[in-house]
Amino acid sequence: MGSVLKRWKLPAVMLGPFIILISLFYFLPVVLIAILAFTSMDSAMRWDFNGLANFQKLVTDPNIGVVVKNTIIYVGFTLLFNVFFGLALGILTTYFIQKESVGLFFRTIWMLPRISPPVVYTLLLLWFFDPSEYGVLNSLRALFNMPPDKWLTTHPMTAVILANGLIGASFGMIIFSSAIKSIPKDLFYAASVDGASQWSVIKDIIIPAVRWPLMFVTLWQFLSLLTSYEYILLLTNGGPLFESEVLALYSYHKAFQNFEFGYGSAISLVLVLIALIFSALMWKWFGMKKMMGSSRIE
Amino acid sequence: MKIELKNICKSFNKKSNTIDHMSLTIEDGEFVALLGPSGCGKSTTMLMIAGIYKPDSGEIYFDGQLVNDLEPKDRNIGMVFQSYALYPHMTVLENIAFPLKQQKVPKEERIERAKQAAEMVQLGHLLDRKPSELSGGQQQRVALARAIVKKPKVLLLDEPMSNLDARLKIEMREEISRIQKELGITTILVTHDQEEAMTMADRIAVMRDGKIIQYSTPMELYNHPKDYFVAQFIGTPPMNFLKGKLSNNQLRLRNMTIELDRKWLDFDGEETDVHVGIRPHDLKLGNNGDIRIRGIVHMVEPIGHSQIVNVKVGNEQVRFFVEPNIKMEYGREVEISADISAIHLFDKATGRSLKKDSVNQGQIEELVS
Ligand SMILES: Nc1ncnc2c1ncn2[C@@H]1O[C@H](COP(=O)(O)OP(=O)(O)O)[C@@H](O)[C@H]1O
Ligand SMILES: [Mg+2]
Repeated sequence: MGSVLKRWKLPAVMLGPFIILISLFYFLPVVLIAILAFTSMDSAMRWDFNGLANFQKLVTDPNIGVVVKNTIIYVGFTLLFNVFFGLALGILTTYFIQKESVGLFFRTIWMLPRISPPVVYTLLLLWFFDPSEYGVLNSLRALFNMPPDKWLTTHPMTAVILANGLIGASFGMIIFSSAIKSIPKDLFYAASVDGASQWSVIKDIIIPAVRWPLMFVTLWQFLSLLTSYEYILLLTNGGPLFESEVLALYSYHKAFQNFEFGYGSAISLVLVLIALIFSALMWKWFGMKKMMGSSRIE
Repeated sequence: MKIELKNICKSFNKKSNTIDHMSLTIEDGEFVALLGPSGCGKSTTMLMIAGIYKPDSGEIYFDGQLVNDLEPKDRNIGMVFQSYALYPHMTVLENIAFPLKQQKVPKEERIERAKQAAEMVQLGHLLDRKPSELSGGQQQRVALARAIVKKPKVLLLDEPMSNLDARLKIEMREEISRIQKELGITTILVTHDQEEAMTMADRIAVMRDGKIIQYSTPMELYNHPKDYFVAQFIGTPPMNFLKGKLSNNQLRLRNMTIELDRKWLDFDGEETDVHVGIRPHDLKLGNNGDIRIRGIVHMVEPIGHSQIVNVKVGNEQVRFFVEPNIKMEYGREVEISADISAIHLFDKATGRSLKKDSVNQGQIEELVS
């Protein structure tokens, strides 16, 4: 007994802080949401359990249809943008631009929005989309004698997808470019001796080598897009009306604008479930185990 | 296809030339080896011939046509890389057919020709495997099949056998030689293994620091090395070297003074430190030769048909062969000897051979062949 204690003392001391932190900041919120989802907690902060009432409300919510549709459009298109644009940038800055310093320069430019605070980046975007004639986009239109447009009102979803897509692309770009750089040089030499076209090099050498990173980035971005809303909040706040409202933002609005904490939690819980189901499906489809296990180029 | 390199320079930094004013001619159908230690610029030379690197200056001609600006795919070459560089997600058949696919050869013909190439390297039974499911030797064969499938005019082999074990190496050597003869294809083999170069090539270019030191037939390199570096590099076990002094026609070697024929020397007569080289095969136990050396038996390595004996001569070492039935005792003093015609002399300062007949003999052989 004493020896068991002795054996586990050091690991316990070393791992303890991490376990506490992880349970406090990762596990506890999920548990809290799961409990809150079955209460009617509001600004009075009372834990009154009300069974499935929140979920009944959810399915009969008149806004839910448009919010779900928005979520699908937002996640789907931003994901496409993120992954393909990230891949294109990765290929561009490693394969087509062979000079390492130039490639690094381009990659750094694309990293900038990612490392600047969302508020600053959003301010830039707001200026870009500004409805007055001084907005960047509208000044460009003025060059062609076109009247200014209220971009964020007329095309809220497009603006939101563009903004998020551009930022998110840097994540894929970094992962893809390091995967591409780890492809042995000889493979490219062999391809050029064999007479392969640029397109064939991309299709037959680069894409197969980044297959696992491609799936990883897709899943990772999918999960983060499903649950993040800060750029939408700052850019359009879901408006006009519900035109760019997505589930995560809806949950936030319900909880912190209408103080329906119980209802907001129920929406979040649904999101958590969707994320879990998709993770499990992708695990199965793409052999996530293999993908997590090895980062080697096959 | 005849390949000519004229005054090629290539540099990767501003300080030094990786390839330094190199010229080389390879006749149509010839099998030439580029031989040299690691880092001397063999692969760089080969990649320039392939068109993957561009020379900084100088010209490359294929059959008299300048190809400096021709892309690799337009040079009609096949290449095997040291790493094999097989496409990892394609099967053996797809790998071999890849160059044909790029040439837009129709699918049926493509598969037919890929299968023929696979048969040629004895891979017919493995067509559906992925490269990761093959042994090193099999991967090497796939790489070879991929290189020859489009019937190129030139075959480039960059250390193709350095990852194989000794037995497989010998097997692949024969295989590559056979295929080269069958196709009559101009072939360049890069290697740091002198035995590989000696056994396979018609001619060998010995390289050091981006320069060609000697370019001749294997036998010529073996019998008449023009340079100390070449003499050291060629032959197993390597040539023995003893320090000596040469002045006029007198060679002082240990406690002997040997009279040499002046006609025999390419030498101005001034006293010079020299390396005296004697091949292990030219040394015999006993005192029948002109040059006699005493030494202490230091190591004996039996190799079946013979034994390699290593004796200490002062603080230098000399290797030679002894019949397997003679018992050699460690620590005993023995006398060995060689004919005077068997020795090689190299200027210690410049490495240049001081024997004239190497030049004459070389010219005669070239006239004959
Ligand atoms: N792409 C490159 N960039 C910079 N240096 C290189 C490159 N390729 C080769 N070198 C240098 O050139 C020299 C010769 O290399 P290489 O031709 O590969 O030698 P070998 O094939 O004879 O071993 C080495 O010192 C190597 O470091
Ligand atoms: Mg090399």
